[in-house]
Formats: sequence, structure tokens, C-alpha cells
Amino acid sequence: MIEVIDVHKNFDHQEVLKGTNLTVEDGGITTIIGGSGSGKTVLLKTMIALLLPDSGQVLVDGTDITGLGQKPLNEIREKFGFLFQGAALLDSMTIFDNVAFPLRERTRLGEEAINGKVLERLDQVGLKDMGYKYPAEVSGGMKKRAGFARALVTDPEIVLFDEPTTGLDPLLGKSIHRLIADMQRRLGFTGVIVSHDIPEVFTISHRVAMLADGVIADHGPTEEFLESPNPAVRQFLKGESSDVA
Amino acid sequence: MTTVLANIGGRTLGIVAGMGAGVVFLGSALAWALRPPAKIRLIIQQIRAIGVDSLLVVLLAGLFTGMVLGLQGYYSLRKFNAESFLGAVVALSLLRELGPVLSAFMVTGRTGSAMAAELASMRVTEQIDAMHAMAINPVKYLVSPRIVAGVIAMPLLTCMFNVIGIYGAYVVGVGLLDLGSGSYVSGMEQSVQLRDVVEGLIKSATFGLIISSVCCYKGFHALPMATGVGKATTEAVVLSFVLILVSDYFLTSVML
Repeated sequence: MIEVIDVHKNFDHQEVLKGTNLTVEDGGITTIIGGSGSGKTVLLKTMIALLLPDSGQVLVDGTDITGLGQKPLNEIREKFGFLFQGAALLDSMTIFDNVAFPLRERTRLGEEAINGKVLERLDQVGLKDMGYKYPAEVSGGMKKRAGFARALVTDPEIVLFDEPTTGLDPLLGKSIHRLIADMQRRLGFTGVIVSHDIPEVFTISHRVAMLADGVIADHGPTEEFLESPNPAVRQFLKGESSDVA
Repeated sequence: MTTVLANIGGRTLGIVAGMGAGVVFLGSALAWALRPPAKIRLIIQQIRAIGVDSLLVVLLAGLFTGMVLGLQGYYSLRKFNAESFLGAVVALSLLRELGPVLSAFMVTGRTGSAMAAELASMRVTEQIDAMHAMAINPVKYLVSPRIVAGVIAMPLLTCMFNVIGIYGAYVVGVGLLDLGSGSYVSGMEQSVQLRDVVEGLIKSATFGLIISSVCCYKGFHALPMATGVGKATTEAVVLSFVLILVSDYFLTSVML
């Protein structure tokens, strides 16, 4: 479980998070929505201490990660997988080596076991025969799939997704959403998605939270959230829905 | 007036903070380099990258530096009827000073800039963040091997520079001008000591440390935006040049 408690974060005197509170329950997929520049990615990155809050706490399974040293922080980070917006694949390595990278660096598994694990994950994301290619040689959708395979290869308990469908056409976006939902069902990880892709992302979300003006305006199970009387939520959903339509 | 003083104070504090951060970064990279498991494969890859990428420019620069030294030295020494000292002058200039400094400049321009740009690009595209997220230390994986490789590869390149520079001066002095081959070589033999070679190599290893650590630091801490890569690369090259010259003075004064 991830608990974000009264988190404040400033960039150049601009306060992005203004006392944000959010609890991500174990299991299922929690989606964080909000306007551009509302701090969704900042909030996501504080959950894995890629950004440290100016004040407040971030508890992962009860441990506050905001003041941890490198070693205990890495032990916590080993629970996570992270799919970055641009996939963040290491461009000097093939897709296969990218997916194998955390296993080679973090575990004592032999090459044979690593090969088996990597091929399994590449197969699950539909890239079984693409492992020999470099990131620059594949499409945006394939990069996201490869990034997803890398995020899953260590069997994480929690997977964070930063705008997983940004830059993809609607069909590819849908296929990524289906893949996330399918893998979440199969592997049982806790997913946290930051997304603009409304209303598509609601189809795979178990819970939704909306970040507005630096705080969580409303959150709850998807069906309840969609009926929220909160004016900020209503306005955002209406605006976004009409944009999509 | 107060604003001017505040600006000067602010900039000074910024420079001091930057120097402190650079030293901490270097210390961290060296500490990670010493911690097992050693990244031998990555170090060899980086030695190959630094050595092979810079070899051609280093050889070209060495050849023409030696040829110019031969030409200038010959006509200058002839004024004093001391042409026979050409070999000694060329060898000592190259081994003690020009070899380490000029090959360091070449490596900075060719490999140091590429190093800074590559790491800056990794910062901009979140590849370094991805390593943090995977619980993999990017300093150990990306920086330490480059710094170790820089310290190893730089003296090797300097040796190549020196050898081809001495040969270039030989071609000009003996081949094109009237100097005898025996005179050139014996003058060199009589005046060059092992100490000259070793001190030159100590300098070049220090320059290797400076180039790789400065370029890695600037690339690693690039601003995560489109202009970040260019800015980091420019700063890395300029700062490396300045630090090479400053440290050259102090190393020379200590070793003389």
C-alpha cells in the first residue's frame, strides 16, 4: 500500500503539490487524472522517491521513503516497476538486453534463467521476435511494450505508469490499456496510472483520483468517481469527454 | 550597489557549491569503482570507446605538432649552432608538456564531448531516472567505468602522440632539413630520462581523470530539457580545457 500524506513540492517557488493526500490500496489499478501541469507525474515520481517532497510523507507498506538512505531505498524500489512516458529504454542496448538489464544487475540468476524470463515477458507483451532490435529501430507503441516488459520482468508488487498511451494513436492506446489490464489480472500487481486518456482509461481502472490545484479533489472506485458531485471533477470530466467526442 | 554585491555573492556561492558537488560526485564515482563487483566489461568498452574514437585525431595532432616543432626548433637552434639538440628539444617538449596537454585537448573535443552529450541525453530521456527506479545505481553503472577508463586510456593515447610527434620532427629535421639522423637520436638519448616519461604520463592520467569526471558530471546533471544536452556539452568541454591548463601548471610546479 502507498500512502501519500500531506506532501508539498515546489519547483522554482511554484508550488505544484499543496498538501496532497492519497492512499493507493493493494491490488487493482488506481488512475490519477488531472489537467496538464497539475502535478500528476510529480506525484507519481514521489511514490518511488525519484522526486523528494519538500515536506510530508510517502509510506510504502508503512515505511516512509522520503528520508531513506540509498540501500534501504533501493530495497523498497525493488518492489516497483515503472513505465516512463517515453519508455526510457537504454538506447545503447537491444530490447532484449533492456528487459534483461534489471535481472542481470540486481539478481544472481544465470544467463539461461534470465533468457527464459525475458522471453516470457517479451512474449506476453507481443515482442517475442523483436528482442534483437534497438529502441531506435522500433515504433513508439513497441517501445512502450518493451518498457512494460522491463517493468514486469522482476515480478514487482507495484507498477507505476506515467502516461502510458501518450503519443500513440487511439487503437494503439487501447491495445496498451488492454495489455495493462490483462497483465494486472494475470500477475496481480498494484497498478498506478497517470493518464490523460479519458474516458478510455476508466475501462481498466478500479479506482480513480483527480488531482486539481495541488490536492486530490476526489477519489474513489471508478463507478462512484464517475458520479462524483464534486464540481471540479464534473467540469474536468465534461470538458475532457467533449474533447474526446 | 546592494544588488550588484548580492549578484556577485550569489554567483560566488553558486561556483563554490558547484565545485563541492563536483568533488562529492567524483568521490562517489571512485568509491563505487572500488566496490565489487567490478564492471570490467564496461571499463574495457569505455577504454575502447575513448581510445579508438580519439586515436585518429590524436595521431594527426601528434604528427603535425612534431613536424612544426621540428621546423621551428631547427631554425631557432641554428641561430646558436645548436641544431644537434633538436632531438632533445622535441622529445622533452613532447614528453613533459605538449604530449599530455595536446592529446588531452584532442580527447576532450572528441570523446569528452560525446561522453557529456550521451549522459545528458540519457538524463533528458529519463534513462537515468529509469535506472534509479530499477534500484540500479547509475553512478556505478555509467560514471565509474568512464572515469576509470579515462585514467587508463589517456596515458596510452599520450604515448601514441609522443611517438608519432617525435617521428614527425625526425621526418622534418632529418628528412627535409640537413640534420643527421645520429645527431637527432643521440641528442634525445642523452637528455631524456625515465623521469621525463613518467611525469608526462602522470600528467596525462590526471588529465584523463579531469576530462572523464568533468564530462560525466556535466552530462549527468544536465537540465532535463531540449537545450540541456547542448549546454552540458559546451560547459563540459570549456571547463575541461580550463582545468587541464590550470592543473598542468600546478603539476609542473610540483614535479619540476
